Amino acid sequence: MHVATPPAALHAARTEQIILFRVSGQLFGVSSASVQEVRSVDSLSGAATEINQPTLRKVRHVLRRGDKVLYVINAAVHFGLPASSAGLIFVLRKTRTALLVDGMDKMATMTRLQALPLAYCHEERKWYRGLTALDQNVIPVVNPEGFLTADEFALLDASLPPLETTGETANGGTELPQ
Amino acid sequence: MTQSAELGSQSFVLLRLGERRFAVIATQISELVAPSRIFRFPHRTPKLEGVILRRGRIVPVCDVAEKLLGKGLTSRRFYLIAVRHYGEKSEWVALPVTGDCELIAAEMTGSGEADAAHVAGWISHNGEVIEVLNLDALTPGADALPTSTIPAVVLEALP
Repeated sequence: MHVATPPAALHAARTEQIILFRVSGQLFGVSSASVQEVRSVDSLSGAATEINQPTLRKVRHVLRRGDKVLYVINAAVHFGLPASSAGLIFVLRKTRTALLVDGMDKMATMTRLQALPLAYCHEERKWYRGLTALDQNVIPVVNPEGFLTADEFALLDASLPPLETTGETANGGTELPQ
Repeated sequence: MTQSAELGSQSFVLLRLGERRFAVIATQISELVAPSRIFRFPHRTPKLEGVILRRGRIVPVCDVAEKLLGKGLTSRRFYLIAVRHYGEKSEWVALPVTGDCELIAAEMTGSGEADAAHVAGWISHNGEVIEVLNLDALTPGADALPTSTIPAVVLEALP
């Protein structure tokens, strides 16, 4: 009987820092290297512009930073979870997205990331980089590039409201080192 | 498991789902384990309940009862860990079952055109005709997807 050998047995150990966060009571992980900033929702209340794209309910706000537009993804809607009270925004590095989450749980060190089992065969394959076992728990580790497809970006870009000078002066955020 | 030998025949594991019994070719079975904690997370694949941790691996739990019985299991006692093939790859899947399993030897009759895709064949045991399950057709998998949705690298390790 041939079953793939666990990858951890084939490679020397290397670790990765992840941020554990909650959305509607569900715990997720995201690589800390892919989070550029963590800001409170309150601190961005004046900086976000509303956007109305009926086919993409998970994006209701846009943040403009100079020429850059960040689409704010409501993680609860994205993952199909019950609506929750978002408290934080993760600005994701190397993407044009920011993630609205309930709160941060803790930082943790991940030593092994297992690919999502092949039985999972729908959108979740884009959502997650894989699964990791931490403290007798299994945590899905999100793929920062899996929140919007190229088509969805194009749709959102086309429905952007006219540029306004928002003069973002947000406080209460934490810029994470790269 | 109990075992009865019959020369020249193939080995099967008999499993119970509710009031019915089904068979799986024994070489596809890894082990029978007691219920353990299911970890759930958001996804869009039907029939997947979550994952369990087994021997350091994360194993998806596929509820096949609804497809086979027309209703979900009201009680479960074990997980049957089986090997599911995805093209050239294979991975474990956990099937919730309601009773003890039995290892038997029997001769299989191949499935017919009228049989569902998840029927690999039929065996006769103690006067009962039992479906032999084709797990690759019964459980969800990436081979049912357009290739564009399957990542080129499906096994990521932290080297």
